[in-house]
Parts: sequence; structure tokens; C-alpha cells
Amino acid sequence: MAHLVSPLVSIENVDMRYGGPNGTLAVSGLNMKVGKGEFAAVVGPSGCGKSTLMKLVTGLHIPQGGGVIVAGKQVTEPVSIVGMAFQNPTMLPWRTTLDNILLPLEIVERHRHRLRRHKAEYVEKAEHLLETVGLKGFGSKFPWQLSGGMQQRANLCRALIHEPELLMLDEPFGALDAFTREELWCVIRDLHAAQGVTIVLVTHDLREATFLADRIFVMSARPGRILKEHVVPFARPRDLEVMYEKGFNDMVHELHGEIAKARVAA
Amino acid sequence: MSAVTDNTTPVTQARPLSARMSWVTLAPWLYTLGLFVLWELLVIALEMPPTILPAPSRVFQAILQYWSPIWKNSLQTLYTTTLGFAIAVVAGLGIGLFIGWSKTIYAGLYPLMIGFNAIPKVALVPILVIWFGIGTIPAVLTAFLISFFPIVVNVATGLATIEPETEDVLRALGAKKMDIMLKVGIPRSMPYFFGSLKIAITLAFVGSVVSETVASNYGLGNMMSSAQSQFNVPLVFAGLLMLAVEGIAMYAFMAWIERRMTGWAHRSTMAQ
Ligand SMILES: Nc1ncnc2c1ncn2[C@@H]1O[C@H](COP(=O)(O)OP(=O)(O)OP(=O)(O)O)[C@@H](O)[C@H]1O
Ligand SMILES: [Mg+2]
Repeated sequence: MAHLVSPLVSIENVDMRYGGPNGTLAVSGLNMKVGKGEFAAVVGPSGCGKSTLMKLVTGLHIPQGGGVIVAGKQVTEPVSIVGMAFQNPTMLPWRTTLDNILLPLEIVERHRHRLRRHKAEYVEKAEHLLETVGLKGFGSKFPWQLSGGMQQRANLCRALIHEPELLMLDEPFGALDAFTREELWCVIRDLHAAQGVTIVLVTHDLREATFLADRIFVMSARPGRILKEHVVPFARPRDLEVMYEKGFNDMVHELHGEIAKARVAA
Repeated sequence: MSAVTDNTTPVTQARPLSARMSWVTLAPWLYTLGLFVLWELLVIALEMPPTILPAPSRVFQAILQYWSPIWKNSLQTLYTTTLGFAIAVVAGLGIGLFIGWSKTIYAGLYPLMIGFNAIPKVALVPILVIWFGIGTIPAVLTAFLISFFPIVVNVATGLATIEPETEDVLRALGAKKMDIMLKVGIPRSMPYFFGSLKIAITLAFVGSVVSETVASNYGLGNMMSSAQSQFNVPLVFAGLLMLAVEGIAMYAFMAWIERRMTGWAHRSTMAQ
């Protein structure tokens, strides 16, 4: 398979402990590879180290043992080829939605020096992204004038504006209602198909993982490691209808069983 | 704003909105007037001599009678207070940013600041007099010393309470400490900063008047203490009244600045 030939993300035997030598061991013996252009989902019991995994890949935490390699380089500091989105949209309330989305461009080395002179071009890009997620015309509104679901859409735009090769999503749809969630699944699905971006999605929602991902990693209880890896067989492009097929439900059921077992084992 | 009020108004409310609004805006004046009337009646009822508690009418009479010195000293106090306050704003902002910059500096300097703040600033006036002589400078410095602490604490708190997730999003993009401070920390601490100005300005008045009272030949503090030594109690009260007026005016000014500068922090009232 392609992802085994050229992994974009490679986590090798990683140990990560919080708060000094006697602190919490969050993940231990973690191994995981994500191929370029792949959509990976990570599921597991609460507190098992999923967010920790995200922070290891983005270089926000440096592991005490093992190594993390992203795009062929050992991670020793934050990697700027990633875009991140969390469950909490963390929009800055004093900036308009458009300015919030442009924020990464003011930071990322390769854009920050071009931003002022090519402002119009970037604004156009941001507005195009807003349109993609169904927020056309909301750029001038402040984030607190948007609903939770709209903020989460804007959050996705912010994660994508600097054209990251790798998109890390940590339970981005957790706080949304079922219909908005399904709508945003389709947005993500289409983005992935159109832009060829590599996505790692952490989620508690097993249907979400099964619907979106190419591969699903199941983690053990803390200290987290990968218990099992599933290849999702459904053909792309997937329609929401796929969730009512038998094979889909069987897969969700199987994942559910594995996580329930991992919780008991803790 | 009005739309929001409209929605919360029960339909059964008979009185039109404008009438209720004007009562609310009138209320402070009416209550102040009420206080003066009560005070006047109390003095009459208890037959207080003006050397103990002068009636408000007597105090206003004193204001008219001594208008020239009152005016001059009021300006002097306003000047020392605002100058001390201005220094406090600059220094408080600087020190607050410095302290909030890193967890280590925050942890190291915070106890020192608390200790410093616990010292009654009156006790420092004699030292300031030894260094600078009596007059304007100790008054300005006392106003500064007493008012800069709330500014420091508020700015530092605003910086120190950045949501870790916001910081993570930016750091993952390669943001340096400086970027995070400029893009998030400082804008975020502005509502705290402007909020602290209201507290700081009232404290600055306390500082300047205390210093003027014990170590100056000018200002309302000095005027009141000399009036007191001449048993001119109505003039003392006239001074107090002027102080209250200046205090309210400056407070209102700071509140206005706060609203102007950090409207986004008062979200619900801006939503339309
Ligand atoms: N900053 C931190 N300091 C100390 N311990 C931490 C820190 N962050 C996480 N931990 C610990 O590490 C473990 C893994 O945390 P993590 O946030 O990665 O879990 P998670 O899988 O994302 O959980 P959830 O599904 O609830 O979001 C937890 O036991 C937690 O207590
Ligand atoms: Mg988490």
C-alpha cells in the first residue's frame, strides 16, 4: 500500500510522560504510521493519550523516548506544515471571523512577509474557504456573533488557510448537533478529496471515524498505545447513506467492542 | 442595545420604554439630591453646630465664599493625581507585561508585589519627603505608588490566563513567544487593563490627597488640613465635596475609555 512506502507521519516506539520522572505516563510504546494523502482516525477510551498523540505529531511536546518523524524530519520543535483544530474553536473575540482565519498567515514564516503586499489575494482565498464550509458573507462578523457550529466551520478555515500538508483534528465536531456534524463530515470529506491533504482525526464518535477514515487506529487505556488497526473498506466517494449499510454497522460494532474491552483492561 | 431591552420587556408593561430609561438615567441625580436633603434635615433636627457637621447648604455657601482657593487647589490635586496616575499607567502596563511574560517571572515577582502592596503608602510619604522635599513631587509619587498595583496585577493576569489551546494552535504554526504576546496576550489583557484604570484612578486620588495633607503647601489635602486647624469645618467639607466630584468625573472618564476601547469584551450589548 502507498502509505507504507512513504509515510508522512511516523511515530516510532514513543514514550511520553507529563510532569517529570514521576509524572503521568500518557503514552508508552506508541507506534503509528500515516501515509501521505491518507485519512487516519484515532479512537480510544477517554484519557488514553489521544490529544497527547496530536501534540507529539505537531511538535508541541517532545517525547522522552522514541521518535516522531514528520515529512522525513525528526520532530524537535513545532512543525509548521500542520494545521490544527480542537473541539473548542478558540477564535479570538477581538478579531472578525476573516481576520481570525488570516491569523496563521501572520505567523507562518513562509507567508508572514508576503501578507501585507498580497493581502487581497489571501483575503480572496479566505473567502473562498468560507464559501466551501457554507459561511459565505460571514467574514466581517465577529466570532461571538456566530453559532457554535458556524465557529467550528470558521475554525476549519483557519486550520486550512496556510495550505498545510497535514491537518490534525482533535474532536472538532464534539460539541455540535447531529445534523451539523453530518454536514461538516461532508465538508471535510470533500476537502480531503479535493486537496489531497493528509488528515489525522481524533474522535469519540465511531460512526464519524468509520465514515471519514481510510484507516482507524484503536488505542489502549493509559498509557496509550495502538491496540489495533482497521482498514476501512468502503469505496470513495462515500455518501452519508453508507452509514445505513450492514458492513458499516458491523465495523462500528466491532470498534465499540474493542474500546469497551480496552476500558475494562485498564 | 435597545433591541435587546425590547425583547426582555414583558408585553404587559404599560409604561413606555423611554420613560423607564429616563428614570434610570435620572436616578443617580435624584439619589444624590435625596442624600443632601436627608443630611440637611438631620443637621436641622439634631441642631448640629457647623463646627461638627455643617449642613450641605452651609457647605455650598463655603464653596462660593472660598471659590478662588478651592478652584486653585482642586486643579493642583487633579494635576498631581493625573500625573501620578499617568506614570502608573505606563509603569503598570510595562511591569504587568514583564511579569505576565513568563511563568517563572510571574511566580518570582508576585509575592514581592503583594508584599509591596501591603505596605501602607502613607508610611512612604516621609521617605519621599526626605528624598524630594515637600510639595508636588511626593504627592505625584504617592499617587503613582498606590495606583500602579491594580494595573500590574490585571495586565499580568490577562497575559497569564491565555487559553492553552489558543497558545497550542499558534505554537504549532511556529509562533515565537513574541508572536503569542502580540497576537493574543496583549489584546486579551486589554479589557483587564482598562477595567483596572477605574480602580487605579480612585486610588490615585487617595494617594495624592494623603501626601498633600501631611507634606505639601498646595492641593485639596493641604487646604483641608489647614481649614481644619482653623476650625473652618464647612471648608473641610467643601474640599471633600470637590474631591468626590473630581473622583466621579475621572471614574466616568475611565469607564468611557474602557467601553470605547474594548467593546468586544462586552459582547452581548454589541450583538445586533
Ligand atoms: N498537561 C498535562 N499535564 C499532566 N498530565 C497531563 C497533561 N495533559 C494530559 N495529561 C494526562 O495524560 C493522559 C492523557 O491525556 P490526553 O489529553 O492525551 O487524553 P485524551 O485521550 O485526549 O482524552 P480525551 O479523550 O478525554 O480527550 C491523561 O491521563 C491526562 O491526565
Ligand atoms: Mg483529548
